Amino acid sequence: MSTTQDTDARLDLAPEPEAPKGEQKKGFWKKLKRGLFMTHTEIIERMEAALDGRAVLDGETLEYLEESLISSDLGVDTAVELVERVKAQVKPTDQKDVERVRRILATEVADLMSKAPQPEPLTAQPAVILVVGVNGVGKTTSIAKLGKFFLNRGEKVLLAAGDTFRAAAIEQIALWGERLGVDVVRQKAGGDPAAVVFDSLQAARARGVQRVIVDTAGRLHTKDHLMAELGKIRRVIDRETPDWQLRTLLVLDATTGQNAVIQAREFSKVVPLDGVILTKLDGTAKGGVAVAVARDLQLPVVFLGVGEGADDLIAFDPQEFAAALLGP
Amino acid sequence: MFDGLQNRLQEVFNRLRGETRVTPEVLDAALRQIRLALLEADVNLRVVKSFVGRVRERASGSDVMESLTPAQQVIKIVRDELMALLGETGKELQVDGSPAVVMLCGLQGSGKTTTAGKLAKRLRDKNRQPLLVACDLQRAAAVEQLQQVGAQVATPVLVPEAGEDVLSLARRCLAYAKGRGHDVVILDSAGRLHVDEKLMQELQQVAAIVKPNETLFVADAMTGQDAVKSAQEFAKAMPLTGIILTKLDGDSRGGAALSIRTVSDVPIRFVGTGEKLDALDLFHPDRMTSRILGMGDVLSLIEKAEQGLDADETERLARRIVSKDFTLEDLRDQLRQIQKLGPLSQILEMMPKVGPFKGLKASMVDDREIKKVEAMINSMTPQERRKPGLLNAKRKKRVANGSGTRVQDINRLLKQYQSMRKMMKGAQGKFLRKALGGGGGDIGRPGDMGPGGLGGLGGGGGMGGFPKLF
Repeated sequence: MSTTQDTDARLDLAPEPEAPKGEQKKGFWKKLKRGLFMTHTEIIERMEAALDGRAVLDGETLEYLEESLISSDLGVDTAVELVERVKAQVKPTDQKDVERVRRILATEVADLMSKAPQPEPLTAQPAVILVVGVNGVGKTTSIAKLGKFFLNRGEKVLLAAGDTFRAAAIEQIALWGERLGVDVVRQKAGGDPAAVVFDSLQAARARGVQRVIVDTAGRLHTKDHLMAELGKIRRVIDRETPDWQLRTLLVLDATTGQNAVIQAREFSKVVPLDGVILTKLDGTAKGGVAVAVARDLQLPVVFLGVGEGADDLIAFDPQEFAAALLGP
Repeated sequence: MFDGLQNRLQEVFNRLRGETRVTPEVLDAALRQIRLALLEADVNLRVVKSFVGRVRERASGSDVMESLTPAQQVIKIVRDELMALLGETGKELQVDGSPAVVMLCGLQGSGKTTTAGKLAKRLRDKNRQPLLVACDLQRAAAVEQLQQVGAQVATPVLVPEAGEDVLSLARRCLAYAKGRGHDVVILDSAGRLHVDEKLMQELQQVAAIVKPNETLFVADAMTGQDAVKSAQEFAKAMPLTGIILTKLDGDSRGGAALSIRTVSDVPIRFVGTGEKLDALDLFHPDRMTSRILGMGDVLSLIEKAEQGLDADETERLARRIVSKDFTLEDLRDQLRQIQKLGPLSQILEMMPKVGPFKGLKASMVDDREIKKVEAMINSMTPQERRKPGLLNAKRKKRVANGSGTRVQDINRLLKQYQSMRKMMKGAQGKFLRKALGGGGGDIGRPGDMGPGGLGGLGGGGGMGGFPKLF
């Protein structure tokens, strides 16, 4: 069940960047490798350990394989499905071959992840990017990175300081605005975030801004009134800029376990989501839950966050992700 | 909290209870289900394996198989082993010395700065003089965040001077604290990954300078299988004295809570249960186990009630509520009392999910509704509050205008009030009246959990007071 999807058809938020193709590609690889290096080796090590001492790819061996996937945060259902797919391609009498299993898994992970439809590429017309997520996942840092991403393409950016709740959240995004040299629309702490968004859209229209990126307060998806507030922000955007493009991105922390799936499900009940930014991929083994999110909710990963700098953001590609996740 | 795991385990238990004999096959099937439930809840694979192994071993013993209620025995074993995974009861901060030093560390976004503020508040409440030190110079505006948090808990914050690095700040913070009469220093630190050698080294250097009494690892309760190991890695890099689990007000299924102790061999000391700066509690494995198993956390609820409520007043109100002349005024007083306990959602979390509370979810309540009801009752005349029958269309309109609500809202309130009165006259009321009479017991007993220490929740003197909250 391999996909023959052309990696050049980068499923990106926006049109292909102008940079020379080869270089661009290399840069992506380097960052992705850097970001996923630990993930990769750990999963492989775990797989090798799981299959250690097994001679053939029989049911018991595959059970160990399943466990190694579960402990990489892919979730029980996803791990079971992946192993079923491996099972369909090997015979119980086949010699154990870690390399072969790894290749099959990489193909199948890429297949699972590319089934989630990527959002439509942004056109040159103005767009609002609404960024949501639970507390502490890295929303504001991701917004800075997105800002830089658009700036690099020569687009005019405005940031909306919609997190009026957390202490110093406004200062945080204002500081990023300064560093990036883009306008930040803000009100005082404790204000109504929907009002900040309203002001931002007005300002964006007046100043001819192409990309408005809206920060929001972290909210646990279990808090209904906060989730309702998000709905209100969304309605303001719909009302004020019905002719603009809108992308709502959910930020997920790669160190989160299966709760990420629940977060994605609950947020999408309140605001239709277009994709996921998967953050904190720059360290220990993790990110497996993204496969579960893509599989269970048909929600694509759009960007990966791989560091704390403004440039540490890479566009997601299922093949590259799977390859980096599972070798070779 | 823990809903997913709760439901799965309940299913397993219900099936077990339906069996007259726990044969090895029945046990196997149950253990398989438990294993899956734990894995889905993000409990670490190795922890799950040894857990299932221990339950199997204990449950296969002849004393279980031959007992009259083998299923109950198995359930009790599961509960005991869950509790064992969670470790010991959290110890209060050990802050002798002048000044004592508490250092916080953890991954990015785990909630260190908020937790620093909560610890400062906790110490202030115990008449200590804490000083917060802003050692996160990595993230944009982290220093400002700590300053704002400090202001909220009336605790001074020492911030670096322009260009000053973390080590220099660490070197002078103790003398600074001493000079100003602070007896505890709380160091916030930048989020870091254990693979970041440079930052880990910095943390070790800071520790060497300030010699912390407490080095606490702050971890997000929603952490997955993989990242739980970061606690272990931090513990290797420096001696940790405890773990603080944050964001337990989300719907974490408890995986991190159940794994982190075993994986890192560091005890859980505190849990963070909200964004408010007093939402930090000592960790209680027995209560957490009860929550995981859907039996509520009545003990914490009673503690909250003891701190927040006036006992005589609650008693008086509780008697009013079951008496036949329970008025809207009483209802208002009652709501005011309940609000003192904290957000409704949190209160609901602690309820045993049995009897009248079955199916109640924290997300179903909204504290603003209470405010609205209070406003409506406030807009009524004393006569109307005592005799709601007086409220004709014209009066309702006036009340609605006065409280910024609509006539429909008034009607809904009146209807709820009527059905409450009716309920109090009926079975529920009898139940409450009995409880008030000191009979206690029933409400806390997780009826379907059976014997084996679980009923303990229902007994005890404290239980008599529980229904007073309504």
